[in-house]
Amino acid sequence: MPIFGNKQYFRVKLEAEERGKDEALWLKCKSCGQLVFKRQVQQNRNICPKCGEYFFLTARERIKSLVDERSFRDIARPLVAVDPLHFVDLKPYPQRLEQAQQETGLASALVLGRAKIEKLPVILAVMDLRFIGGSMGSVMGEQIVHGLHRAAARRRAFILVSSTGGARMQEGILSLMQMAKVSAARHLLAEAAVPFISVLTYPTTAGVLASIASLGDVTLAEKGALIGFAGPRVIKATINQELPPGFQTAQFALEHGIVDQVVSRAEMRGEIARLLRFFVPGSGKMKRVPSGPTARQNGR
Amino acid sequence: MDAKRAIAELERKVGELNELGQREGLALSEEIGCLQARLRDLRRSLLPAQATPEWETVKLARQPQRPYPLDYLSRIMEDIYELHGDRLYGDDQAVVAGLGRFAGQTVVFVGTQRGRSLEENKRRNFGMPHPEGYRKALRVMQLAARFGFPIFSLIDTPGAYPGIGAEERNIGGALAESIYRMFQLPVPIIVAIIGEGGSGGALGLAVGDRILMLEHAVYSVITPEGCAGIIWRDRTKAPEAAKALKLTAPHLLELGVIDQIIPEPPGGAHHDPDAAARALKEALDRQLQELLKLDQAELLARRGEKFQRMGCYEELTIAVGQSKEG
Repeated sequence: MPIFGNKQYFRVKLEAEERGKDEALWLKCKSCGQLVFKRQVQQNRNICPKCGEYFFLTARERIKSLVDERSFRDIARPLVAVDPLHFVDLKPYPQRLEQAQQETGLASALVLGRAKIEKLPVILAVMDLRFIGGSMGSVMGEQIVHGLHRAAARRRAFILVSSTGGARMQEGILSLMQMAKVSAARHLLAEAAVPFISVLTYPTTAGVLASIASLGDVTLAEKGALIGFAGPRVIKATINQELPPGFQTAQFALEHGIVDQVVSRAEMRGEIARLLRFFVPGSGKMKRVPSGPTARQNGR
Repeated sequence: MDAKRAIAELERKVGELNELGQREGLALSEEIGCLQARLRDLRRSLLPAQATPEWETVKLARQPQRPYPLDYLSRIMEDIYELHGDRLYGDDQAVVAGLGRFAGQTVVFVGTQRGRSLEENKRRNFGMPHPEGYRKALRVMQLAARFGFPIFSLIDTPGAYPGIGAEERNIGGALAESIYRMFQLPVPIIVAIIGEGGSGGALGLAVGDRILMLEHAVYSVITPEGCAGIIWRDRTKAPEAAKALKLTAPHLLELGVIDQIIPEPPGGAHHDPDAAARALKEALDRQLQELLKLDQAELLARRGEKFQRMGCYEELTIAVGQSKEG
């Protein structure tokens, strides 16, 4: 279910992009209200040069910002979403999908590929918020599982960059079940001792936070991220009081022990690479004992 | 009424635009189309919320007289011993967990528990767990794994609690951990959705080898109210949302999400809790006997595969330029 606490914030970011498409030279940052030169924002990794506000990145922009040049290869399975519920909406779900595909040029809300980050091989899965709020339906679930299989089989670290409102409402209960499906498959990496770095960006909420995004060996939050299970509006309506300042920000998540580090956009690539080097095979001295119920018999 | 005034205003604007377009020879169809779409929505919002059979089921599932987990457990077990606390933070009473004697054998039960009175509901937070509830359940389920006790999970919750404390203590992470760990527990797990299966807060305790559902229970990715709020910006359209979400037991059976529907007494479980409990006990017993025939490895493999099969998509057969190399 797409939950965007700060709707205004979300729309502003989309608007910034829309205008980009129209080749407008300037855009107005809704955070500081200043007019900023569009190309300058882009060169600044989509961060407002005046106030430092983060605009979200599309999946392609994100990939470009993380991987070694020309190292990315798409490995997604050729899957397309269907409408198993014949979901009744203001717009039929197939039409919504088609529109998202046209707007983003993507087949689904997740881009999956292999790539290198500072020469280290990885499987990289990146969500695109523009595609029905980056929501997780059956296709995203299956692509994540495919990525986990590939990472385990090829012994490449798995990097997931989340930007999502959660489970996709239009696929109903089947979306909820994707949370179980991807969580189960995460075990493949544990068994193969392949590291999983979960990167939480604006926004990582609801069903994705309550499954795969919270199951990393290491969890990084990008500065400017919104991290929460329930959307701020829902919480506010439930408890009927104002939310504390800084609630559900990256810093909040760090202070409450939910993430390992808060990382700026500019440093994310280097930070991931630095982390991965700790996990290069052969880095550990201890012999690994197989995990799971059978391992117990090896005890005393 | 505001909506009526807004409709009159919009109608006037559409008329003006039409006229303007014709007079000046302007192509205003896009703007007019946009206004007309808003008109349609507004007119729709004036219609009384349509009753749907799915919504009737939602109301039944939430019926406050309906039996809750402890009502069933006290009827189907020879003895129950509740365990408390997550050993980290506190004891969340929206979740119950403990030991039970079922048909002569020890089992572990977990469940989400609403309150009957206002006083009890305060204590049990209307059946909406905090992170410590899931952590308590997981602790007790891991106890079950150590001793080889089968696990019964009875679900009836609007969802995990959306509150400040829940977020501070990482409700998202607690749910993820519970879902993930339940796939590793080498004992039979039978889940029964007995009332409301509310989204991630339900799924957090609903990974199992068999998923059963009472006839008038519901299980959904989002509440009908929440869904209606997103689609129509109007929570009173919940009946239509309930229909769209296909959240009733027959739909879920068809979608392959549940394994069995347990029939309820006429009028619903609350009309005859004893009969409802007998039906639940019979179903649990039958499923358990089947699962006990499997060895641990087979049990875990099948549980994993069961959920890997869930979902619905199309695979394109003509994959142009598709690289299969990793």
